[in-house]
Amino acid sequence: MEEINKGRAPVSQKPHVIEKPKHPEYIGGSVKIQINEKDIVIPTGTTILEACRENNIHIPTLCHHPDLCVAGVCRLCVVEVEGMRTLQASCAFPITAPIKIHTSTAMVRKARKHIIDLLLSEHYGECYSCFRNNNCELQSLAKEYGVDHYNYGHITKPRFEIDNSSYSVVRDMDKCVLCKRCVRTCIDLQEVGVLEAIDRGDLTHIGTFFEKPLADVICINCGQCINRCPTGALRANDPRDEIWAAIDDPTKHVVIQTAPSPRAAIGEEFGLEPGNSLTGELNTALRRIGFDKVFDTNFTADLTIMEEGTELLLRLYKALVKGDKTAIVPQFTSCSPGWVKYLEHFYSEYVDNLSTAKSPQQMFGAIIKTFYAQEEKIDPKDIVTVAVMPCSAKKFECNRPEMTDSGFKDVDYGLTTRELAQMIKEAGIHLPEMPKSDFDDPFGNASGAGLIFGATGGVMEAALRTVIELITGNKVESIFENANILPIRGFEGVRYVELPITEVGSVPEILKHFFPDWNWLKGVTLKVAVAHGTANAKKVMEDIKAGGKFSECHFIEFMGCPGGCLGGGGQPIPTSAEIRAKRAEAIYKEEAELPIRKSHENPHVTYIYENFLNEGPCSHKSHELLHTHYVKRGKYIA
Amino acid sequence: MEIKKLERNGKIIFSEYKRGGGIIKALSMKRDEILFELKDSKLKGRGGAGFPTSTKWMLTAASISDEKYIICNADEGEPGTFKDRVLLSEYPELVFDGMVIGGYTIGAKLGIVYLRGEYEYLQKPLEDYLNEMREDNLLGKNILGKEGFDFDIEIFLGSGAYVCGEETALIESLEGNRGEARNRPPYPVNTGYNGKPTSVNNVETLATIPHIILKGAEWFRNTGTDKSSGSKLFSISGDCDKPGVYELPWGTTINELLDLVEAKNIKAVQIGGASGFCYPKSQFDRKLAYEDAATGGSIIIFNENRNMVSVLKNFMEFFVEESCGQCTPCRIGNTKLLEGVKQIEKGVHTFSYINKLRDLGKTMQVASKCGLGQSSPNAFISILDNFKDEVLNYNNGGANGRN
Repeated sequence: MEEINKGRAPVSQKPHVIEKPKHPEYIGGSVKIQINEKDIVIPTGTTILEACRENNIHIPTLCHHPDLCVAGVCRLCVVEVEGMRTLQASCAFPITAPIKIHTSTAMVRKARKHIIDLLLSEHYGECYSCFRNNNCELQSLAKEYGVDHYNYGHITKPRFEIDNSSYSVVRDMDKCVLCKRCVRTCIDLQEVGVLEAIDRGDLTHIGTFFEKPLADVICINCGQCINRCPTGALRANDPRDEIWAAIDDPTKHVVIQTAPSPRAAIGEEFGLEPGNSLTGELNTALRRIGFDKVFDTNFTADLTIMEEGTELLLRLYKALVKGDKTAIVPQFTSCSPGWVKYLEHFYSEYVDNLSTAKSPQQMFGAIIKTFYAQEEKIDPKDIVTVAVMPCSAKKFECNRPEMTDSGFKDVDYGLTTRELAQMIKEAGIHLPEMPKSDFDDPFGNASGAGLIFGATGGVMEAALRTVIELITGNKVESIFENANILPIRGFEGVRYVELPITEVGSVPEILKHFFPDWNWLKGVTLKVAVAHGTANAKKVMEDIKAGGKFSECHFIEFMGCPGGCLGGGGQPIPTSAEIRAKRAEAIYKEEAELPIRKSHENPHVTYIYENFLNEGPCSHKSHELLHTHYVKRGKYIA
Repeated sequence: MEIKKLERNGKIIFSEYKRGGGIIKALSMKRDEILFELKDSKLKGRGGAGFPTSTKWMLTAASISDEKYIICNADEGEPGTFKDRVLLSEYPELVFDGMVIGGYTIGAKLGIVYLRGEYEYLQKPLEDYLNEMREDNLLGKNILGKEGFDFDIEIFLGSGAYVCGEETALIESLEGNRGEARNRPPYPVNTGYNGKPTSVNNVETLATIPHIILKGAEWFRNTGTDKSSGSKLFSISGDCDKPGVYELPWGTTINELLDLVEAKNIKAVQIGGASGFCYPKSQFDRKLAYEDAATGGSIIIFNENRNMVSVLKNFMEFFVEESCGQCTPCRIGNTKLLEGVKQIEKGVHTFSYINKLRDLGKTMQVASKCGLGQSSPNAFISILDNFKDEVLNYNNGGANGRN
């Protein structure tokens, strides 16, 4: 642990946790308490809040978040504990003795009401002009406690300037309630450490290093802070107006690509339980909104697998056969723009490990403005490409200056799941009621391999399905039942898998010009790993730096956000491990039902390699359009 | 000089003491004998909260850990308090001997003095003093020949936030973090500095301990009241002829104290600093003691020419600035209280709103995260209660008499 904590961003609130006993039935393992006169037995170390929730006693919270360490700063969850002079924050009180708790005494109710009154008095703006209207925790609390006027006044002038310098995250500190969830997200969950409380007393506010604009600090744009902000203080940079304008402009051909994660989560914005995928319904809704074509990002996910997989084989060939010391392994995935920027800032000496293959979003942009424009005979300058992503960092990615290989801005707008849901609502559409329809040609429906990109481990699983089949000539199903590579799946922060290659087949036509045979891979044990959330990525990177087992890996999938894309910073709010697991379930369920589940079997991929990128993966032309380069940004801010 | 003689004259702390005396005695005792002696003395923390020192040490001693710490809280920041400065500059032997005894009793190898940033000028002389102690083997390895008892003291200069006098905020600050109070439980006695058992004691508490060890609990208990044993250093300032630091037995009445410092025509006494309570003339017969008018030692005297609204405004401005800003009741609550005082000052207040603020103050006392927020409304509430007529009728009774 010491090693990992070295160089860690400063922490102002550590998780003071009393570990719960493994055997609550042993002596001292449990404690008998009383909540509101009712006797309850709970494992020692349970917090008052947990104990109450497990017993269906509602306690209001604001700074508490299931993904984050305890802060105990909003004081809304206070309860009375007999024998204690002051009220206790239930979220931060681990029970170790038989105490008597009262959750709704006059003093408690008054304190909570006062706290809500105080927060509202400094909360600038009106609910109806806020994007979090109806999905705001402060608003719900005000309703819960029947606030019908401002007891302690209401601020009438803004105190801060809105920081919209970043392509991804907009900060409006006048709506901040100082719950510090963003701080804890940035420091503890993601270990990036861009945000921290500055000044004290009534001047306290959340700020960046030397109060610089967000675009100028080492923010990786992951947007995890947005997902956890209880109010409208944090939001993504919203391109809806520009997109509506493009749709309304008859000279523009507006195409939209949808990533798998938004499809698995957008139902939540329409009142559905997490875990309902609305792919077909979304296609119909998007056409009704006025998008000219609706494409599946999974198509370029399949293309990514072909490019990235070939790149990996080339790197391995160079290293294992040619003994070339300049061959850089392990290869890192590059589809998560949050992760990419994290690496560029924190481990810039490793940018050459990143696959040069662009992310599926950016590949699609480049393909649409070249291949598609050519096939459909549309001037690419009249094409507007929109990408629906679960991600705030995708907005930054599409604005990277490198991303103009088609001769135009490859992807014009990155749109988050939340923003798309808003557009659908504005169009008067109730998404769950839409009839289902398919994606548009010429890209059609993609393979399941692309679909599972949405979950952590998905890229690795998709890559392995293809690489195994290309190398061995055998079906993946002969090794993994139903081609589900289960060791790679799950939510464990870091996962490591070894796959010995015992037999090899013949090299497929498409790769023959690179490799005469696969014999050099025979007997090699393929070592791969998966990490999600930059805190876990950091563990792997530190291990690589120290020459540990991950430095021996061949290929590592990194995702910037906990849970992978389905937990992205553009996804519906709220988020929790439970919600993310349900979204993953929806993705894997949808995938299992697809007819094609391997990237190299996608006929549209074959078509594009035959008719457009006809020199195959990692060829000159594909390098021009589908590959990119990275920037060594470093940690230091000028 | 005469005043100084009057001041440095007390039965306990200012009684005679020779450097190392308490340590020699303590090292001849078993650890639990020291704890029982302290328990018997009924010594309570001199910082203001009045937690029994023996209990704090006992809990730290009982915590199982290879590393433990004893921290001397010398972040003397309470407005109107300057007794620790006197102890550190004139009686460092008492403070440091107390820390060594503490280290021995709880099993710590390191003691840290968290010295208020403004006392930077004391750092050098204190360091020199520590070096002398090292030379005399009062610090270092196998202290005074006691096999296996290694102990040393470091001085850490604070960074100037009032909240860092709160023990958990102090620990955060020591660790290099933003000075913000932690959640409790767990308490520092289990999870303190670097997550290890830590006893944080006030300068005066530590300075009292060598005397108790040397002269016995009974001798100590002979001074003071039943519930408040011993004596207390009072930092007395304001409208009097002889301000300064006085050692008085617990149980001294406010009147007696005012006579001693020759204070005349007094309207109010603020006891316990900005976070304490304001007492009117009618309560001057009250005793200074944990069970009555409790205090960490700050006494601020106001005569009849003082304007209680501006006194209150001064206190509230202090808290608005010095709240660490993490918890809602303290951060915004103090701002609201100050706004209320400003309304009174301008004469635009309404009685009902001021009452609402008093109610809010009651919430702050119970719902704030740490002692700062819990005690910051004390001045507001006590001045409002005890000087109601003066405050509420200020400026024609506010709101043009529409109350």
